[in-house]
Amino acid sequence: MRGISKRFGATIALDQVDFEVEQGEVHALVGENGSGKSTLVKILAGAQPADEGTMVLDGRPFNPRNPMEARRQGIGMIYQELALCGHLSVAENVLLGMEQSHFGLLDRAEMGRRAHAALAKLGYPKLDTEAPVKSLPIAARQVVEIARAVAVGCRVVILDEPTSSLTEADVERLFEAVLALRNEGHAIIYISHFLDEIDQIADRLTVLRDGKKVATRPKGELTEDDIVALMVGRKIEAMYSRSPHAPGEPILEVQGLFGPDKPTGATFTLRRGEVLGVAGLNGSGRTELIRTIFGLDPVQKGEVKLGLHVGPASPSQRWAEGVGMLSEDRKLEGLALRLSIADNLTLTDLGRLGRAGTVSPMRQAEAATVWIDKLGIRCQGPGQIVGDLSGGNQQKVAIARLLYHGVDVLLLDEPTRGIDVGSKEQIYQLIDQAALEGKAVLMVSSYLPELLGVCDKIAVMHRGTLGEAVPAAETDAETIIREAIGA
Amino acid sequence: MRKRIPGSLANVIGLVIAWVVIFCLVSYFSPSFATSRNIELLARQTTIVSMAALGMTYIIISGGIDLSVGSVVALVTVVIAWMLKAGYHSTTALVVGIAAGTFCGIFNGLLVTRLKVGPFIVTLGTLLIVRGFAKGLAHEQKIDAPMTWLANLLEVLGPGDRWRLLPYGVWAMLVFSVVAAWVLRYTKFGRYVVAIGSNEQAARLCGVPVESVKLKVFALGGLFAGFAGLMQYSRLTVGDPTVAVGLELDVIAAVVIGGASLAGGEGSILGSLLGALIMTTIGAGGSQMGLPNWVQEIVTGSIIVISVALDRLRLKKV
Repeated sequence: MRGISKRFGATIALDQVDFEVEQGEVHALVGENGSGKSTLVKILAGAQPADEGTMVLDGRPFNPRNPMEARRQGIGMIYQELALCGHLSVAENVLLGMEQSHFGLLDRAEMGRRAHAALAKLGYPKLDTEAPVKSLPIAARQVVEIARAVAVGCRVVILDEPTSSLTEADVERLFEAVLALRNEGHAIIYISHFLDEIDQIADRLTVLRDGKKVATRPKGELTEDDIVALMVGRKIEAMYSRSPHAPGEPILEVQGLFGPDKPTGATFTLRRGEVLGVAGLNGSGRTELIRTIFGLDPVQKGEVKLGLHVGPASPSQRWAEGVGMLSEDRKLEGLALRLSIADNLTLTDLGRLGRAGTVSPMRQAEAATVWIDKLGIRCQGPGQIVGDLSGGNQQKVAIARLLYHGVDVLLLDEPTRGIDVGSKEQIYQLIDQAALEGKAVLMVSSYLPELLGVCDKIAVMHRGTLGEAVPAAETDAETIIREAIGA
Repeated sequence: MRKRIPGSLANVIGLVIAWVVIFCLVSYFSPSFATSRNIELLARQTTIVSMAALGMTYIIISGGIDLSVGSVVALVTVVIAWMLKAGYHSTTALVVGIAAGTFCGIFNGLLVTRLKVGPFIVTLGTLLIVRGFAKGLAHEQKIDAPMTWLANLLEVLGPGDRWRLLPYGVWAMLVFSVVAAWVLRYTKFGRYVVAIGSNEQAARLCGVPVESVKLKVFALGGLFAGFAGLMQYSRLTVGDPTVAVGLELDVIAAVVIGGASLAGGEGSILGSLLGALIMTTIGAGGSQMGLPNWVQEIVTGSIIVISVALDRLRLKKV
């Protein structure tokens, strides 16, 4: 791949990246969240087109229009979210789209043999090819997907964070499968956040940062410290506003909290007038932590104490207790895109907009206008459909909802994801302002400079467990990354 | 991995047990119920729903739905009667009638795959459109047609015909069922239907021709609705544009009782047939026991909800 560039709206996801992988090697791709790893491999696998640049496969130009074409030409990608049909058998999944058939009639015996051959190559000769995939444990499902790429004859196999949902024993078995493939002469692109894994199986590695390639080196040439330094880089930005905050009494106390899957142990205290940041990798359980506190996921163990209220509660109770949550997924969970700004903004507290259960559209529009002005939301008026606004303005509507409701505790999950720099700056100011007014803010973010710039304290989540919160002034990006990847 | 009973088998066993319980219950209260003549009657009554349920099973497994079945059945009775009245040969009438049903299915399929409108909305629309055409063709009246063998497919067997055990129409339904079940399990097409219902994205990613399979599934739904229409004609011996209103709900209920999930990916032909049989037995048993119609409706509705709820519980445990 030569000079690959890709932009999404105003964001540059990839900037002139060169990348190559050879037969019989495991090439690791590392970088922070949002550094462009996933985008790069998606272009390679035909899931997204590149804006610029060329690709060459075995000396021939390679321009897949869709994932199927890429697979036929020998590039198979195993997605983080597994692309399997749970109701079909293992053999049917492995050979989906390229079944053995005579006039439409399946040759089940031959399909079983081919699936078995592919699985045997991966070190899973005993997997029952007739079992439905949904009955398999998650690790075996992953192997089924890799077998699919092997069975079609892919010479390049891409694994995008394959271990994020696996136990340690499963990871070992997956590695055996990956190494077996490599020894067969396949080229493997391996994306992972976990440096110990890369140390274990990669031959070479490439580091991406902010959409640019920083380095490609054989594994032995770099220590973990070098890699972390390459991933973080140095950049000082003056866009963060943090006034001196005066933390008051504790308002949210979480003690040994366990959720359905994650978090597995989280303890912290959040005070009025304080901004606590939660760092960690994607999938480390940060979102689940917020969901569990807010009552979207059930509390399995541990305690959530909110001022005078103790114990678990439903989201509607949380709103009543003065807690507001901002979802990381604005489009799916955060906003009703087809409703107006006013409807979205006032949704959590319609009661004050009219008497006896009625909602007065006039008062609703007035209330919304107040916040549109305060936050500088660029729009035609309170009646405009939220889906028509830019990402940054949509996010401001979502945050305005918390402020309109007058919450004391703001749970913010990736509050600046996918929005432009100007809006980011305004959102940082809003967070600062909220803290100055004595509100408490819990903020999850994948962007470290932002956490370091905005938060008073930062805690790091690693595989479901939340570390101790330390003052932001006493930590730095390298320390946080190290803790997040468990180095 | 521990040895387990496949979910589909457990489902069928559960349905058989449910049917036996209902059958015994009715027989206990009304001893004359369990005669061979009555069982034959059950088979005849269940044929129309079962025939349509074959196609509906395919559609629901693929993640779709078809609300237009009842209207298609009515149209087919009208077309057959109209052809016969106009003096065409009975075989021609049969072929044209079935073709009309299939055409309706293809029309549904084209709307779903080309316009990208959800099948619920599309077939809600064609429910009205097709019913309208049926009424127009029949001038809003029943069409009387000369008697042919087409009207005898579900007749009560005379003493000389006992060797057949069941009327031709019932046999046809059983043969089609075997073929439909076999196609679903052992052909590429059948497996693609399940794959699309299970995970459409994954199927597309693997090069499954999703649109064309969906189109064929709806065409198949229309074909079987056509046969259901033929059976309906056979039972009425007239073409009636107002017949089979709400039939689609019986058919969907049969498929769902039979273990299909409206989310797609799950369901079986045998299950759907048993679902249809259970519904018919409740209906016939209810009238046998002298229960008023409104009680039967309450019972049938409850059975639908309970059977699906039990199924969900079973799946949770596994």
